[in-house]
Amino acid sequence: MLAQILINGLILGGLYACIAAGFSLVWGVLNIINLLHGTLVVAGSYGAWLAWRYWGLHPLVALPLIALASAGVGAAIQAGLLNRVVAAPVLITLVVTFGLDLVANNALLLGFGADYRSIRPTWTLGTAVIGGLRIPLDRAMAASVALAMTGLLWLLLRRSWLGRAIVAVRMDADAAGMMGIRVRRVYVATFALGTGLAGAAGALLGLVFPISPLQSEAYLGTAFTVCVLGGLGSVVGAAAGGLMLGLIESVATLYFGAEYASVTSFVLLIALLAIRPDGLFGRQGFA
Amino acid sequence: MRRLAAGMALLLAAAALLPIVGGPYALRIGMMLAMYISLASSWNLLGGMAGYPSFATAAFFGVGAYTGALLQGAGGPLPLAWAAGGVASALVAFVVGWVVLPLRGHYFAIASLAVVIVLRQIATNWTDLTGGGMGLNLPVLALGPEAQARMIYAAQAVVAVLATLVSVVVAGGRLGFSLRCIKQNETAAGMLGLNTRAAKATAFVLSGAIVGPAGAIYASSVSYIEPGDVFDILLTVEPIIMTMLGGVGTVFGPLLGAGLFLLLEQTVWASFLSVHAAVLGVLVVVLALFLPDGVLGRFRRARA
Repeated sequence: MLAQILINGLILGGLYACIAAGFSLVWGVLNIINLLHGTLVVAGSYGAWLAWRYWGLHPLVALPLIALASAGVGAAIQAGLLNRVVAAPVLITLVVTFGLDLVANNALLLGFGADYRSIRPTWTLGTAVIGGLRIPLDRAMAASVALAMTGLLWLLLRRSWLGRAIVAVRMDADAAGMMGIRVRRVYVATFALGTGLAGAAGALLGLVFPISPLQSEAYLGTAFTVCVLGGLGSVVGAAAGGLMLGLIESVATLYFGAEYASVTSFVLLIALLAIRPDGLFGRQGFA
Repeated sequence: MRRLAAGMALLLAAAALLPIVGGPYALRIGMMLAMYISLASSWNLLGGMAGYPSFATAAFFGVGAYTGALLQGAGGPLPLAWAAGGVASALVAFVVGWVVLPLRGHYFAIASLAVVIVLRQIATNWTDLTGGGMGLNLPVLALGPEAQARMIYAAQAVVAVLATLVSVVVAGGRLGFSLRCIKQNETAAGMLGLNTRAAKATAFVLSGAIVGPAGAIYASSVSYIEPGDVFDILLTVEPIIMTMLGGVGTVFGPLLGAGLFLLLEQTVWASFLSVHAAVLGVLVVVLALFLPDGVLGRFRRARA
């Protein structure tokens, strides 16, 4: 029983890590809480649904396209709107991203309605049973891809020129500017990376969960909680926080029932904020 | 200042006359205006004066609405049910504030938002007390619809007047000074001996005490509430938009903003129901980008 909970929790956690990685990146580098994040995840799910419904594409095949498209949307938002308010007080950036979220969520509601949809690809891996443990292989694969993408982000931040520029801007935007980094462009690239990851996470989640615009709030809450659990602005923290939250929620589902699983994570969020606002692992440098 | 006082007196006289001369539509608009003024003024206490981006308004509203509804359902007299809504919300504000008020910036914003979501889910899941997602029906008042509309309007108007009075007193007094110091530099204010924690807590509890009755009266007026309705995130955001429209941190900004917001709502959104949220979103973005100090701020800058 415990091993089964562990497996469910890890699968959930891998997906959560991917939801939170982009959110954490944007928060850490731009100091903007992107309230649009949850809706972007849902939009990614709808992208996967459309690709499956009309072109018969498996979400994994559609994933790169969806990631590119949502990165493009993100770049446009940052270049057109958010770059104007990057240095503004917290309230202003919160209000701007909230306004964008209202627009995007309303658009999804108009386009798709509030009822739940799901993707049922013809190609599935089925469920493996090992020693009495049931492992849903499709979900496990989605979680692995999610973790792999999170790892890719980590590599990108570590190894690539762009990644080093992002880290430099996070550490000291003024100094980075003086060293010849075009800070505004790095902001655009960072936000595009964050939204691209959100879209990609959405495509994977579409494979696992029912899709509805109403889900966006839950995804946003998940991203918050993971960031606070793992510590803000570190990819490793997002991965660790995501896995932890997945485990916690699957244990909470067992003991309190599914309807209290998300209450548990939000209460945990508030409690953690009160005790250790920098996350369980304290503040770490980016990547 | 004398002109301002005269304007306020005129507004009060109009508010008092409305139930006598106004029809049902005017009463409805008056009731909504009063409720918006209460919500915006209460948010302005902490959010505007101290610069703490609180998203907890919907939590106070929902707690007030459910407390009032439950008491009214148990046969309690209306004024008592409404007052109890305020007491319950103030209590929630005290307890929640104790946890979230030490946080700053984004962390505070998120924690206060999470409080709304947690309370909504508790209201949804605690079926025995709240009726869960099915909602809660309130007993129908033993009044004609017109008398009821008049009474509800009067009650919301009283709350709005009290909210404005609280704003005036706070802004002119020691508490307002403390809150403005916190907005400028909280650490420095603390080092100079200001009890920042007490100031923030007082403002937060006052907000709860104002929003709670507004929620309870709202519950009586619609006679049916459900968690998604009274713990709606929009209830948290709209007061912020109103305050930003009028002028953040000023006493009269929330009043002006509530009026402008209602005007927009009635003229623009009535014709675009299905894209209500999207239009609101666009308004918010435009407002934050181009008019961050509100109409009052723009006006002052133009005069200066």
